[in-house]
Amino acid sequence: MENKQNQRLDHKFICDLVNPNSSVLDLGCGDGGLLRLLSEKKQISGQGVEINEQEIYKCVEKGLNVLHGDIDTELAEYKDKSFDYVILNESLQQVIHLEQVLINALRVGKKVIVGFPNFTYYKSRFQVFFLGRTPITAALPYKWYQTPNLHFLTIYDFKHYCSEKNINIEQTIYLNFKKRIYFFPNVFANTGIFQISQK
Amino acid sequence: MENSVGIVKLEYAKFSQATDIIELESGQKLGPITLAYETYGQLNAEKSNAVLIVHAFSGDAHAAGYYAGAEKPGWWDDMIGPGKAFDTNKYFVICSNVIGGCLGSTGPSSINPLTNKPYALEFPLITIADMVKAQKKLVERLGIKKLLSVCGGSMGGMQALQWVALYPEMVASAIPIATTLKHSPQQIAFDEVGRQAVMADPNWQQGNYYEHTQPERGLAVARMIGHITYMSDESMETKFSRRLKDEAYSFSFASDFEVEGYLRYRGDSFVKRFDANSYLYITRAMDYFDLSDGKLFSKPEKVNTKFLVIAFTSDWLYPVYQSKKIVRALKHNNIDVTSCEIKSTYGHDAFLLEVKEQSRLISHFLKGVYLNGK
Repeated sequence: MENKQNQRLDHKFICDLVNPNSSVLDLGCGDGGLLRLLSEKKQISGQGVEINEQEIYKCVEKGLNVLHGDIDTELAEYKDKSFDYVILNESLQQVIHLEQVLINALRVGKKVIVGFPNFTYYKSRFQVFFLGRTPITAALPYKWYQTPNLHFLTIYDFKHYCSEKNINIEQTIYLNFKKRIYFFPNVFANTGIFQISQK
Repeated sequence: MENSVGIVKLEYAKFSQATDIIELESGQKLGPITLAYETYGQLNAEKSNAVLIVHAFSGDAHAAGYYAGAEKPGWWDDMIGPGKAFDTNKYFVICSNVIGGCLGSTGPSSINPLTNKPYALEFPLITIADMVKAQKKLVERLGIKKLLSVCGGSMGGMQALQWVALYPEMVASAIPIATTLKHSPQQIAFDEVGRQAVMADPNWQQGNYYEHTQPERGLAVARMIGHITYMSDESMETKFSRRLKDEAYSFSFASDFEVEGYLRYRGDSFVKRFDANSYLYITRAMDYFDLSDGKLFSKPEKVNTKFLVIAFTSDWLYPVYQSKKIVRALKHNNIDVTSCEIKSTYGHDAFLLEVKEQSRLISHFLKGVYLNGK
């Protein structure tokens, strides 16, 4: 997101959630930025999963453990409670079998941290309602014909889903691109971060 | 000679004491044993910077540098040397040959001390585990208690995995490349065709050909089949297409096509350096290789070996899914693992050719393991 040179805001808040010296599986870890931050700040033992070959090299250059593969199959192969945390940051909306991945993440991790772009951020609403266009925002930066996102969900959607499926919401953090949002997050936050666990 | 380890020499480690006799997986015993090897770089005072390179089926101990007067360097010279993936300014690199071979180590063409004649088929059947047991003797003789890494492609990858299965406490990291946890029926089938080609040659003589000529035609055919499996459809198209050696068809069975000429050349040059019986023994060792179903981690103690698993997209002899099965076994045992499927059109040969990508992975991976151990 914005401020790429410095620390990403979502990374900072996710890092705050994670307990020191824990084990972390980061699904869709990209170039390993979050895993490195967690290693430095929280001395975690980390494992990444990433599908893009070029990102694998960047992770290895950072000294991280990373598996080249897709989230669905790589996750399914782990035993129950293999990690303290399973992180799905900006990746859940891109997997094909989203629900299966969530179920498996809750099985493999003691806690799961999910971060996703909120589709009903007010700027998105504005573009849909007044311009009649598929929204393009900082959190949803793609044109409709180029987007890797397969699922478009909102903060409310996710809360609703968790209560329907009896999933424990332990923490919520809502962000727009500059700061944390406390009021009407489904309107004013472009990103929702949830720490969840099995009840 | 830029970035080269320079002139190197093949060394021989001889193990001739009674205690050196190896109890083989078959139950038979083998000794005395000679193992050919080379080393590059310097062992540090703590003896903590040693990397063992193990070679593929027809490889040898000459992995890097040049023999005096030779034009061609060792088989992995692009990867081993000052500033390269296996940086000889930092690491002490050992490349060990295998028992059963014919390139300096004890094998079926060696003299059997009991008969003073070549072993031929008197040589006991060996396995990948037996090869590794012999290498352990070499590593210990060099005064090394723990290897920083064991790395190899193809059959070398099997040896790297076998090292972890047998001596996990001696291996800080392993880099199996383009390899498998067990030989598949397809791989066994190709090996069997190669062996049948050798044994069908009348010169084979039940392996007793050392006083005459070796079964050159059979061995050459076996090698030609091998080379087909090392390439990909795409790399063969790029390298040969349907190009002819001359301008038109000869309307005979001469080698009209460039691909035929290439295979014949490869077959003919192979028989000059490789022993037909070693071909039988080593392919058999690969066929017996199976560390699946928990056999990779059969010891009770927790394994702390870090892994880097590399595969190549166009490799159909040791396909990507087989590397994924290695990774799955590692995940089930909570082993730190990095894996990469390198996009390549070279087929199985890619592990010898995709230098840039492998170097990027291996140099950083090794650096991490080395710093961790300090």
